[in-house]
Amino acid sequence: MPVLIVDGKELPGKAGTNVLEALLSAGVDMPYFCWHPAMGSVGACRQCALLQYANDEDSHGKIVMSCMTPVTDGARFSVSADRASGFRRAVIENLMLNHPHDCPVCEEGGECHLQDMTVMVGHRDRRYQGRKTTFKNQYLGPFIGHEMNRCITCYRCVRFYQDYAGGNDLNAFGSRDRIFFGRAESGVLENEFAGNLVEVCPTGVFTDKTLAKNYTRKWDLQSSPTICQGCSIGCNTYTSERYGQLCRVHNRYHQDINGYFLCDRGRFGAQHVNSPARIPQPGIRNEEGKYDPLSLDDAKAKVRDFIQHSSRTIGIGSPRASLEANQALRQLVGAGNYSNGMSRNEQVMHQIILDVLASGMKTPTLAEVAEFDAILVLGEDATNHAPLLALSIRQAVRNRSKEMAGDTDIAEWHDAAVRELAQDALSPLVIATPMPDRLDDVASQSLRLAPEEIVALSTEVSMYLSAGSESTASQASSVAQGLAELLRDARRPLIVSGTSLGDINIMRATVNLSLALQAVNPEAGILLAADECNSVGMAMLDNRLSVEELVDRTPETMIVLENDLESRLGAEFAKKMSAVRHLVVLDYLDNATVSVANILLPAASFAEAEGTFINFEGRAQRNLAVFLPQGSIAPSYYLLSTLNDDCLNDSFNDSLNNSTESVSSSHQARVQTIIESIRDEFSPLKRIDECAPDADFLVLGSKIPRMTHRASGRTAMQAEVSVHEPKQPVDTESALAFTMEGNQQQAPASLRSYVWSPGWNSNQSIYKFQTEVGGADTMGNPGVRLLQGDAMPAPFTIAPTTAAQISTGPRFVAQHHIFGSDPVSSQAQELSTRIPTPYVRMNTETATTLGVSGGDGLACQLPHKRIELSVILDDDVAAHCLVYPKLVQTIGLADVAPGDLQRIAGWQGPKDPLKPNLILTDRTG
Amino acid sequence: MSQTHSPTNTIVTDKFVTLLSDAEVSQIEAEILLLPDRRSAAIDALKIVQEHRGWVSDESLVAVATLLNMSSEELDGIATFYNLIYRKPVGEKVVLFCDSVSCWLMGGDDVCKRVQATLGVAYGETTADGKYTLLPVTCLGDCDHAPAMMVGDELHHDLTPESVEEILK
Amino acid sequence: MSDLPLTKNINGKTPTDLTQYEATGGYVATRQAVGAMDPDALLEIIKDSNLRGRGGAGFPTGMKWSFVPKPGSRAAGEGHRYLVANADEMEPGTFKDRLLMEQDPHQLIEGMILAAYTISADIGYIFIRHEYHVAIARLREALAAAEASNYLGAHICGSDFSFRLHVHVSAGRYICGEETALLNALEGKRAIPRAKPPFPQVSGLWGRPTIVNNVETLCNIPHIVAHGADWFRSLGRGKDSGTKLFGASGRVARPGCWELPMGTPIREILEEQAGGMAAGYQLKGFLPGGASTDFLLPEHLDLPMDYEPVMQAGSRMGTGTMIILDDRSCPLGMIANLEKFFARESCGFCTPCREGLAWVQQILDSMEAGAGRPEDLRLLEDQAEFIGAIGNTHCAHAPGAIEPLASGLKYFADDFKAHIDGKGCPYKQGAN
Ligand SMILES: Cc1cc2nc3c(=O)[nH]c(=O)nc-3n(C[C@H](O)[C@H](O)[C@H](O)COP(=O)(O)O)c2cc1C
Ligand code: SF4
Ligand code: FES
Repeated sequence: MPVLIVDGKELPGKAGTNVLEALLSAGVDMPYFCWHPAMGSVGACRQCALLQYANDEDSHGKIVMSCMTPVTDGARFSVSADRASGFRRAVIENLMLNHPHDCPVCEEGGECHLQDMTVMVGHRDRRYQGRKTTFKNQYLGPFIGHEMNRCITCYRCVRFYQDYAGGNDLNAFGSRDRIFFGRAESGVLENEFAGNLVEVCPTGVFTDKTLAKNYTRKWDLQSSPTICQGCSIGCNTYTSERYGQLCRVHNRYHQDINGYFLCDRGRFGAQHVNSPARIPQPGIRNEEGKYDPLSLDDAKAKVRDFIQHSSRTIGIGSPRASLEANQALRQLVGAGNYSNGMSRNEQVMHQIILDVLASGMKTPTLAEVAEFDAILVLGEDATNHAPLLALSIRQAVRNRSKEMAGDTDIAEWHDAAVRELAQDALSPLVIATPMPDRLDDVASQSLRLAPEEIVALSTEVSMYLSAGSESTASQASSVAQGLAELLRDARRPLIVSGTSLGDINIMRATVNLSLALQAVNPEAGILLAADECNSVGMAMLDNRLSVEELVDRTPETMIVLENDLESRLGAEFAKKMSAVRHLVVLDYLDNATVSVANILLPAASFAEAEGTFINFEGRAQRNLAVFLPQGSIAPSYYLLSTLNDDCLNDSFNDSLNNSTESVSSSHQARVQTIIESIRDEFSPLKRIDECAPDADFLVLGSKIPRMTHRASGRTAMQAEVSVHEPKQPVDTESALAFTMEGNQQQAPASLRSYVWSPGWNSNQSIYKFQTEVGGADTMGNPGVRLLQGDAMPAPFTIAPTTAAQISTGPRFVAQHHIFGSDPVSSQAQELSTRIPTPYVRMNTETATTLGVSGGDGLACQLPHKRIELSVILDDDVAAHCLVYPKLVQTIGLADVAPGDLQRIAGWQGPKDPLKPNLILTDRTG
Repeated sequence: MSQTHSPTNTIVTDKFVTLLSDAEVSQIEAEILLLPDRRSAAIDALKIVQEHRGWVSDESLVAVATLLNMSSEELDGIATFYNLIYRKPVGEKVVLFCDSVSCWLMGGDDVCKRVQATLGVAYGETTADGKYTLLPVTCLGDCDHAPAMMVGDELHHDLTPESVEEILK
Repeated sequence: MSDLPLTKNINGKTPTDLTQYEATGGYVATRQAVGAMDPDALLEIIKDSNLRGRGGAGFPTGMKWSFVPKPGSRAAGEGHRYLVANADEMEPGTFKDRLLMEQDPHQLIEGMILAAYTISADIGYIFIRHEYHVAIARLREALAAAEASNYLGAHICGSDFSFRLHVHVSAGRYICGEETALLNALEGKRAIPRAKPPFPQVSGLWGRPTIVNNVETLCNIPHIVAHGADWFRSLGRGKDSGTKLFGASGRVARPGCWELPMGTPIREILEEQAGGMAAGYQLKGFLPGGASTDFLLPEHLDLPMDYEPVMQAGSRMGTGTMIILDDRSCPLGMIANLEKFFARESCGFCTPCREGLAWVQQILDSMEAGAGRPEDLRLLEDQAEFIGAIGNTHCAHAPGAIEPLASGLKYFADDFKAHIDGKGCPYKQGAN
């Protein structure tokens, strides 16, 4: 290992990294701006300067940028020399010439990297006497605010947006000291990862509009480590609250999963917690079909009554609810009366995922995806269905450029140089989907195929692979041959698929292809994206009875946990649901199922409840409540397990507040009891209690605070009444406390509720919690991967489809949309304008057979609603496919025969294109 | 059964591309042929459009961007970097007055003042009759005959306050 | 064999066409070398000749070429290899490349053919600034003629070597002259310089091995190939080889540009070529090689124009075109003019240049306007130190930009003081 000598002291370095990384990894407080751990170096800001000495005799040294200097053994540097620190101070002084010094009104204030660096270098007095440059700001959409005057021209935003995330509607304009970062004109930033600008920008140019709405300084936020509920990736997040409102979601670094980034569904979709569609109190449906509010005790008594007097009570769980809530439901109704809330189709798909994860197949983490040098995507719309997967694939295709850099002795971190060298050279990425894919721009080949054609193609490729090139070669199409050879010859090929088309055969064919591939190339990997944040968890918990099967058993009482069965199974199925005598629904947001419930119990959202979720790779992760739910809202696991109890007289908050102040070690948190029951009952889940310490966990004798430490000068909540804050409630359910007392620095990663380190108030302080830059958490990466094995699954038999069998009639294909397809995040008001209006996209030929043209409207009448779709012509859609967005408005379309669609005469486009996707059950009573 | 994606087969009836004349499009396409990819022709394309229209309007910018398979952000980032791509209308002739050091030493400031007085405009402005736009320019490489300026494509040197009046008459 | 090879065809009246060029020995080197000589042998000749780049930095040309990976090596990769003539010439006070291109375009073209052959480049560009209309037209004409005579294009002179040469007209900005910014401009991007290493020799235009040379540098090549390294070295009067186009502008009697042996003393250039100072003017100081070099004083007049002596005197030979400061022009005004230029031409990528030069300009302007404060001198010194060293910034623009200021603060301290004390420019009354 190379050793650097910095100010006379030896410092370990790592070959292939740069000096800035070495300094930060060693914990040195080295200021920087333009360098980013995930994006490498470009040397723009000149903030990370130090002196480098040519040799032992050299005592003068030369200013170099640590981020642009490769680590070489024995190289001598000084960080503390006057010339070095003077230079760094001068950088800040010069960066500040045009800065507006508007920290008091800046959303970034208090967690601003620029503030931190200014203090760090010791620049204090302003010497510039001239005028400041001022810019006009732009409207960039519902998520991100823009205040260009705060810009320090570090270029991080465009580098993230264009180079890392593949966006093309943000750029640097102009030159000299008048560079503008923004769009060509005001308008919505289109990229799905735009929200990361908020964290990537070291000052307050790009700010979080959702935070601005409920604005709170970092030191006043109450935060906890949470698991994103947006999709199956399970990104780690910090969610923050004040005054009972969710203020914002930030990235929580996880080496193996999301790294430094999040997608906009995850970041902004969490605002569903503040939605007016939240269910605030228990309710009972009266004769007119409206809801009368009820006390929680009365509601529970009613439910208990239903259960006691019903011949059969069934419980429908949910892949978006925690393991704990599902287990509590399962215990309440009995295993034989419980379904994990997935349809038959979903259960089969997720069983495949489970079997693959539990086998000896190579199932990479998201971080590992970046190491594959050839990727084949089969029918998975990663960007819209598992967004961070798409971001990883985008980085993986850069492997070719890294190889080229290696040949030319250019370091990987030398970002601009690697890009210049490689130009458009990318590792092969082949995408087979029915519709245009957001990754097409980096794909070497995009095949537009109907779902069954995807199955046929992958079957062909696997046959070609297993037969060797001689025998059946003649039968395989040239496309299949080409693919087979590409995969076989790659150093590390990866096959990606998932549930986004809802097609079991695509998943089976993917497994078959991966098995065939792994036989000829043992380095091959397979990655299957699951559907929802806990789909894999549900498959692991109890994958026996599907919703359809269970509901067919004529229950008298049916308890539905956080699951809209209409959007899951269609309107036809929903009719069965209304036929059940007593329908009890626990949920936090309004939806079609809620609207037909007899008894409604207000569940806590992810921000108000503990829970364990298992992501697409079988990793169990604990989500911790950020704040206490208001009124009679309570976590589902709590509502369900208390239904099972004798005691009636408690409400969730009271139970927390009434417990003794010092939590005795004999206290058994309710959630913990359920976790233990899961651990003891299901052997594949026996390690779930390892994903976070339990409620008894203490650091230096106290619980871990959700708030920044006392010295940060927190603003009193009720200062207008009294500056003495009321006693905080005691959290008996987790190891976190609703206070600022206690030690946050030494908390395990799974319990760390924000990142902060002396001098580093911004999110950049993350490096203080990593073993090295971009490395593992010093306290161990949170979560546990539960599944691994070594046996290879048997290949599936899929009835071979011949070309003749491939249907040539038009058929619907539902496309996920990052905004709108997930029933929870789409209830965040901020997202409403980003949700597409219903359309149907098809190629010209298909349109001709249907007799429609672009811009036409098509409609169909369902029993209880009418669906209207605008026709979009796109020859980049596979033949015969009618692609429509999976949205609340299009539920039920799958059951319609395409032939039944009617042309709308005189269609003028959707009437109210910006209508928010909000359902509000009439709860007026 | 399979159809390989290429960005050109999406049906876009782009109102902007049609804004460019055939001559412009064919000149731009000719440049592209010499280059490894379409976007490398960005500056050439902007110059071709400017040659035809005098300046690059927002609409022409979008048209060129579409033609080159770029976003308008990508193209405008380039356009706004170069001082000889005009993103605002200019007069029939652009007067590029050298404001660099040799011309300054030879009394360029006074000559420039006369230019401004004669045209009645400051740097960056266009005369009311739309004939001239006055812009400063970096050393024209004519320092042994300073002060110098260009009017349209023509270089004028050894300028005096009197001679500029004559030239711009 | 002329002692003044670069300008031997230049008579200041008619430009040299192909016939005239060939008549004076033009393209002989091409016919002799291309296809017949081993490129490595040519490279050795260039190295031996000790030709140094005429674009400003004086880097040995042969050594620069030798960094291009040999075709077929691992680092060479696959694809085109490029040669670029830097004809951007925007350094204030520099007016030499225009002369070469307008008057004898084939000399540059032949230099490029030989250079391309040596480094196995198959595509070449002449990157020329927009304002050089005459040069552009003459180069295009010459290119067509050379192509028609098979000096350019496929199978040059019947050999296996093919080389296509294009003229690329820039869209402005001084920074395009910086060789890596130039490459980005050629690629159709924002002309932001690239970090070095990697050098263009390894990863240049479109990521491929590329050599960028100044026009004048390339114009030397045919003569070196034709007459040998020893002959070329013998042309210089001092340590450096060959001849150079030197120039003088400002208040001298006969401003102009002349080809003279390397190592010609400055006094000789100023007094014999430029005819001394113009009547009524005294020499106060001068920038020896364009705007981005440090001031020298009358006491330096006996220095030979060779790279090292000028460097030792605290400046740089730069482009060899001197800008003369006379006693009636304000040194601070001259520096303010230069810094305004440099601030305007900053690409805006790195902090010291983008912000630092703008601040310097603001201070100098306020001094000229009579609002200078004593503490401004300290500020200027701080800024000069902050901006002024190679390595402090991303490219050489800012360090070059600060040279006239840093040296001016040293040599013309009294003038600065007079501006502050007198609340205005003492030169504005009276003179000019
Ligand atoms: C800001 C800046 C501007 C430059 N402008 C020019 C120029 O206009 N012409 C030129 O030949 N070299 C210019 N150079 C030098 C080039 O970067 C490069 O060194 C030169 O073209 C190499 O040619 P040579 O080795 O033949 O001298 C400039 C350098 C800098 C830093
Ligand atoms: S020194 Fe920096 S800002 Fe200035 S031109 Fe070079 S890279 Fe651009
Ligand atoms: S962080 Fe090193 S130059 Fe910006």
